[in-house]
Amino acid sequence: MSSAQKPEVESWTGQTRRKRGVPEGLWLRCDGCQATVFRKEVDKLLGVCPECGYHFYISARQRIQQLLDEDSFEEWYADLRPLDPLGFKDKKSYPDRLRDEQKKTGMTEACLVGRGYMRGRPLVFGVTDSAFIMGSMGSVVGEKLTRAIEQATETKLPLVVVSASGGGARMHEGIFSLMQMGKTCAALARFHAAGGLFISVLTNPTMGGVAASFASLGDVVFAEPKALIGFAGPRVVQATVKSELPEGFQTSEFMMEHGFVDRIVSRSELRTEIARVIDYCVK
Amino acid sequence: MPDDLHRLPFERPIYERETHLTELERQHTDAPTEALEEEIRKLRVEVTRRKREVFETLDPADLVKVSRHPNRPQTLDYIELIFDEFVELHGDRSFGDDRAILTGFAKLDDRQVMFIGQQKGRNMKERTEYNYGCAHPEGYKKALVRMEMAAKFGLPIICFIDTPGAYPGVGAEERGQAYHIALNLREMSQIKTPIVCVVIGEGGSGGALGIGIGDHIAVLQHAYYSVISPEGCAGILWKNSSFADQAARALKFTSKDLLRFGVVDEIVPEPLGGAHRDHRQMANFLKGSLNSALRKLCAIPLDRLVDRRYDKFRKIGMFEESAVAEAS
Repeated sequence: MSSAQKPEVESWTGQTRRKRGVPEGLWLRCDGCQATVFRKEVDKLLGVCPECGYHFYISARQRIQQLLDEDSFEEWYADLRPLDPLGFKDKKSYPDRLRDEQKKTGMTEACLVGRGYMRGRPLVFGVTDSAFIMGSMGSVVGEKLTRAIEQATETKLPLVVVSASGGGARMHEGIFSLMQMGKTCAALARFHAAGGLFISVLTNPTMGGVAASFASLGDVVFAEPKALIGFAGPRVVQATVKSELPEGFQTSEFMMEHGFVDRIVSRSELRTEIARVIDYCVK
Repeated sequence: MPDDLHRLPFERPIYERETHLTELERQHTDAPTEALEEEIRKLRVEVTRRKREVFETLDPADLVKVSRHPNRPQTLDYIELIFDEFVELHGDRSFGDDRAILTGFAKLDDRQVMFIGQQKGRNMKERTEYNYGCAHPEGYKKALVRMEMAAKFGLPIICFIDTPGAYPGVGAEERGQAYHIALNLREMSQIKTPIVCVVIGEGGSGGALGIGIGDHIAVLQHAYYSVISPEGCAGILWKNSSFADQAARALKFTSKDLLRFGVVDEIVPEPLGGAHRDHRQMANFLKGSLNSALRKLCAIPLDRLVDRRYDKFRKIGMFEESAVAEAS
């Protein structure tokens, strides 16, 4: 399948980040500590700030390159394409938005699934990309993940999904998006009953309908440091409670403190940590 | 008849005619004439015609107002009007009694069921008690505890959905709102007993879906069921919640849309003029729907029922695959 497709956004500071004022070139400004850091050094650290450990955005393709054995990823269901079931239009029509997002990211949708190897261990792998409509889940993301879960159930392979979905369930596909939450969770129920191992990796950001479905249901839940993780967006919570939010609210660390994340794992350790869990659970 | 405060703008022509009708009827009682009788007859027809006109072509933005109407029957009204008994069970076995989701044994005619329903409350005092129908994680946990128990003892489950959304608060996040909704989705898909879900008012996002996985999904005619509230959607996509009416139209969440999309199995009709105009009749319609759904579902062997439930949600989604695209 078409795993060779080259993403347009190669680095931490592709077109998606430019609007945040990150300059192109040799140097980057870190969103975490505001320090100006050498891009090459950030690249070498897999997209982590050498000064403060801030985890920059990385694309779904980069995530695959970082986590899976070289060229081992076989992409599945790459031919699934989104439709516009509602005829949705806000400031922009949904088909126009999709076209723009596809152009911007070089992806057809917010999620890639397939089979790969991690340090020689076969697994089913899924990843969402927060650059594509906030990594939100519509019909295609829901369907790809559900098929991947079903494949993992059938082939008795462990499942690893790395979430970067600040958008939750995608509004532009309305009720269809909401129902993808039910669909993915139902598939996970069968996978779970069949004894499958699901490792869920939460990265910045994982919110709303993605957090409230498959992403929270890992047998083991990892989170990258300082990622935003939660159900309602912090601004919505702020507007509801009308008082200051607690320090570090909805960060990975906060979620671990409250029992919903098992381990905070920095990007450089993810492969090792995932492989180790697989060795404990899959015989 | 509701006071002015509770009359929706588009209901005004109906209420004006009804007021006029009441006046004529009073005059007729005092001094009956044939002309007056004829006028009354005509006005009655006119009122019905108006109601039909207004409510059959309700704009989605107006429909949201009907679904949130303060006089619209809520879970506790239906418990009173539909069920012969309700034995509330309060515990969630972990944190506390979330009043936004009420659970317990109930009797529907001769049938014993497990009832789970979101309650919003009508006045300030009630709304504070029930938190406007916005549940915390413990509400979802409580619902799950009841459902597992229902499966253990062979009771079918009825879920009434009526919430603007799960509560977006600090405590809710600390106690795992996302996880508990997710867990319910996973577990409900496998619960070995029939589950009937009815959206009776607002079907707000994950907070609704958290008790919304079932074998038969019904929605009341003027209820809505949406991925996000129109206000929330407008705030994000239009950057201004005053575009809520546009968002309501864009989201395609009316009962007709939901049926057309295959997301719900049934639209339960409301009395002419909306459920808030006649609680008793609404309750009768709903009771009929529940009885017939349960009759059908209880005849299906449990293993097949659970497979059927899986397939029901499995097939929801609109996308194209290249094979299909090439063919077309």
